[in-house]
Amino acid sequence: MLALLPYMKKYKFYAVLCPIFMILEVLGDIYIPYLMSRIVDVGIVNRDIDYIVKLGLIMVGVALLAMAFGVISAHFGARAGFGFASEIRKEAFKKVQGFSFANLDRFTVSSLITRLTNDCNTLGQVTMMSLRMAVRAPFLMLFALIMAFNINRSLARVFMVAVPLTAATIGIILPKARPLFQKLQGRVDRVNAIIQENLIGIRVVKSFNRQSYEERRFKERNDDLKNTALSAISLVISVMPMLNLIVYSTIIAVLWFGGRQVSAGTMGSGELISFITYITQVLMSLLMMSFFFMNLLRGSASAGRILEVLSTESEIKEAETPVKELKDGSVTFEHVCFSYPGSPEKTLKDINFHIKSGETIGIIGSTGSSKTTLVQLIPRLYDVTEGSVKVGGVDVREYDVKALRDQVAFVLQKNTLFSGTIRENMQWGKEDASDEEIIKVLKQAQAWEFVSKYEDGLDHWVEQGGDNFSGGQKQRLTIARALLKSPKILILDDSTSAVDMTTDARIQQVFKTDLKDITTIIIAQRISSIQQADKIIVMHEGKIESMGDHETLMVKSPIYREIYQSQLKGVAV
Amino acid sequence: MKSQNSLRRLRPKDTKSTLLRLFGYFRFNKLLFFGGIFFIIVSAASQIAANAMLSPIIDTIVIGDIPQVVRYLLIMGAIVLGISGSQYLGNLFMARLAQETVHKIREDMFSHMQKLPVSYFDKLAHGDLMSTFTNDVDMLNQSLEQSVSQAIVAVITVAGSFAMMLVLSPILTLTVILMLGLMFAAVKYVGRKSASNFRFQQAALADMNGYVEEIMSGQKVVKVFNYEERAIDKFLEKNEQLRRASTQASTYGVMLMPIMGNLSFVLYALASMFGAFLVMKNSMTIGNIAAFLQYTRTISRPITMVSNQLNMLFAALAGAERIFDVLDEEAERDEGDVCLVRDGKNPPYWKVPKENGEYETVPLKGYITLDNVNFGYEPGQRVLSNISLYAKPGQKIAFVGSTGAGKTTITNLINRFYEIDEGSILFDGIDIRRIKKQDLRSTMSIVLQDVHLFEGTIADNIRYGRLDATDEEVVEAAKLANAHYFIKNLPKGYDTMLTMDGQNLSQGERQLLSIARAAIANPTVLILDEATSSIDTRTEKLIAEGMDKLMEGRTTFVIAHRLSTVRDANAIMVLEQGRIIERGDHEELMRQKGRYYALNTGALELE
Repeated sequence: MLALLPYMKKYKFYAVLCPIFMILEVLGDIYIPYLMSRIVDVGIVNRDIDYIVKLGLIMVGVALLAMAFGVISAHFGARAGFGFASEIRKEAFKKVQGFSFANLDRFTVSSLITRLTNDCNTLGQVTMMSLRMAVRAPFLMLFALIMAFNINRSLARVFMVAVPLTAATIGIILPKARPLFQKLQGRVDRVNAIIQENLIGIRVVKSFNRQSYEERRFKERNDDLKNTALSAISLVISVMPMLNLIVYSTIIAVLWFGGRQVSAGTMGSGELISFITYITQVLMSLLMMSFFFMNLLRGSASAGRILEVLSTESEIKEAETPVKELKDGSVTFEHVCFSYPGSPEKTLKDINFHIKSGETIGIIGSTGSSKTTLVQLIPRLYDVTEGSVKVGGVDVREYDVKALRDQVAFVLQKNTLFSGTIRENMQWGKEDASDEEIIKVLKQAQAWEFVSKYEDGLDHWVEQGGDNFSGGQKQRLTIARALLKSPKILILDDSTSAVDMTTDARIQQVFKTDLKDITTIIIAQRISSIQQADKIIVMHEGKIESMGDHETLMVKSPIYREIYQSQLKGVAV
Repeated sequence: MKSQNSLRRLRPKDTKSTLLRLFGYFRFNKLLFFGGIFFIIVSAASQIAANAMLSPIIDTIVIGDIPQVVRYLLIMGAIVLGISGSQYLGNLFMARLAQETVHKIREDMFSHMQKLPVSYFDKLAHGDLMSTFTNDVDMLNQSLEQSVSQAIVAVITVAGSFAMMLVLSPILTLTVILMLGLMFAAVKYVGRKSASNFRFQQAALADMNGYVEEIMSGQKVVKVFNYEERAIDKFLEKNEQLRRASTQASTYGVMLMPIMGNLSFVLYALASMFGAFLVMKNSMTIGNIAAFLQYTRTISRPITMVSNQLNMLFAALAGAERIFDVLDEEAERDEGDVCLVRDGKNPPYWKVPKENGEYETVPLKGYITLDNVNFGYEPGQRVLSNISLYAKPGQKIAFVGSTGAGKTTITNLINRFYEIDEGSILFDGIDIRRIKKQDLRSTMSIVLQDVHLFEGTIADNIRYGRLDATDEEVVEAAKLANAHYFIKNLPKGYDTMLTMDGQNLSQGERQLLSIARAAIANPTVLILDEATSSIDTRTEKLIAEGMDKLMEGRTTFVIAHRLSTVRDANAIMVLEQGRIIERGDHEELMRQKGRYYALNTGALELE
């Protein structure tokens, strides 16, 4: 957790002052019982009204001061804690924006979300608590002990029994509770899992009439949860009563031993009374410290997860003198091999081909992943393990990454739109695009026909993930978004699978005419989507099985033939 | 309509009735409830009594009457043991009560959920329902466990301490009463500010979380479009907003402790001062003061806690209201009186009650007729209009058409997931509204585009189709579905454990399992959606074969995506905007050169 300390820099003023004010508050809280003992032992005994009034007023003043210090400490603690969390979250988010695809794969999206949200929150709260509790509890205990020893050294020896006893009680019970609570969390997860399954699979449950079966399954887990919870709680419940026992027993012991001294005249009754106040303060501080430690554990787990993100470096490195302009849209693969980071297997084996600028290339094959892998190398979403990928005659690693990605448009397999207007989504392709430019690409992608039907047109709202559009509509919108970049190379990864035949044909027509200067690379499952391509690459198990146009492949490639036939069973061509 | 993570209400709409209903659950555990409350009251009262003992003890000490001191100390010792014992038992009983109550509520919720109609689940955002099941139930649990007992302790401690203060010295109590009033006011003020700031924080948090989730889920698109800078800018705005809101909310949340703690010291100070005067006037003893001062310490902490606990209780009650809302949802109605008889001796038949009390038996064959069916999901909406078609046993009816044409909707109606608005659907001549839903559905299997599997072994999942299937039957079904091969290649074969929703298998493998599951049920009627998204060609071929074998000999309604399916269908229904615009078999429709013909140039893939 200390490794994150540098992020506190902006708020170090508050981080330092918070504990200081806390200590001042504690001093006040310690001083007051002492003043009270003086009132009793000096003021009352000597019947000195002035003395009593003076000390009383000082007490009130000290209490009010302590309150002010406490409030300031609280505020500073909050500022430091949440400022700290906000700085860390900022850095983590920036870091993730710089991640390569390989980094994103490694962490998984859902764990990144948790790290940026829950873990940062936890850190903020734990920091705030630490700055206050970590300071308050030990200092309170320390000062109270000092005062107690000052009042009466022999009496204070009760603490030598009480403190270890308290620490032992807490130290034995609470650590046992941790594994029980972890087990409990597991049981909770299992109950939630079955609820989730039933929620999303309700049709399956109903159509197979499995309601009572599911209820039985649920009962088992629910019972298990109850029993685990009870054992965990029974353990924790025993702490407070035991502590109370220790505190009161100590008080009784003090009353006995101290009482004898008061009757003997070696101790003032006021001192005895204040002593009792200090007992509670000392022993309760121990409890506070244990709660603090448990929180600290939670915090350090979160801190660890965030540090993982912050210390990850992207392997996509920028060239030293990056080239900014793409000469043309030609693409060349020379002896390219690729393995995913951490995997011993080669996903791509010795790929060689050349695409001329402006050509339309189709890629088809048995498994989806190595086709996608191949095209992801072009905009440097991943880097090759061996060989070289050249665009416009230059190795992609020599380009400025941003410039490269501006000129190579990639429409992913999983199409994501974002919450906002259609216009805002399109502007991802070009930030300052005018409405005319946007409408132009929408028309090219065959999306204008449905966008124009909306009353609010380009202002029509897109829900998170684009859920208010059909699969085919989403695909067309994402193609339009890519076209807005005016790229030299356009890569479409299975991007028309949900679009019907006629519309698909129209899109291809546009590519052939309006956009004929763009090098278009299309990965598809349907032969019809790539039949008209200039060249088709047939992939099989990470290698190029063959390459050529449709007629050539029907002769040369058994895989191509097989795919063609399975898709056109029996129709007379 | 669907909203994820909608901001949850923190205060109940109708506190009284929710509380009463909650108490209703306690009746299952009367001993725990009354016992728990009893012991908690005893423990709180004992704490007050222990503090009260200080007064006589100290006075006796000052006098020097040692034997009496001993006696008093022994009494106090007994009280202290009582405190510990009753505190332990009280908390234990309440914790048990909480667990038992929450256990029952969970069970009731789950059972009731099974009875709710499909429309409820389609309309609701899953996130909200899950949240009610988890967060709201949790909050209720915590409140029952802690807030109730702490609230009782707090009330007794405050009332008891105040009462004892009055007993010790009415005059002194009067002089400090203003201070007490001030403390109450402080708690109320800070509490209110804290609550409103907390709401701002929650809103800022939801906003931030929503944005992070969206960007992270689409992070690959961000990279591809060089959107990183813009994403960071937007993020910084929200981050700052959250920081401010959190800082403010926490400040108010946390400052209550130093305020209350030190105001209680002011109280302590005033009590010391005035108490000293009273001692000198002989209206009070030193022992009295000692006890009085101790009460000033014990009275302030509960005042602080009560406000916190009350807020927690309210939030929990709001959650309980949401839970009760789910429990009050209307269950799926089933007024059917026709049931299916499978007695193993005769082939299955429908038992149709007649008016005169006798029964008519109709053999189960699989004739399905839709007669002029109209339907819409919302009142006033029309998704299907004038749908009429029939299927003879074993026939294959294929539906084609663009997205939103109504194909999936028809599948929701045949097995009564939704009820039709007008017209009728007949099964073997019987109106399906007369047939008990369970029996109706037992004759049908559905294979949908979204595959849902369950945690358990592969064999368990296949057996879901028929719970009493033998192991041989499981393997047979898997072979029919072309699933057997990949299952055998897994290290644990049929005993392989699937994680939630079968996520540890690939999309294609999950689809094959769902075909096997449908196969083992040996349905009379099959409802099949052929859409398979982005699966590799080879697996798609296996799935297609499996589906073909599944369809043999059953009345099948298939949402067609393959040319081969449509080609040997007995009838093809071309749907457009909820109406059948063309019908016939493949040759007839090709001759018509209509919509079907237009869709059918070359390879056939449909939206």
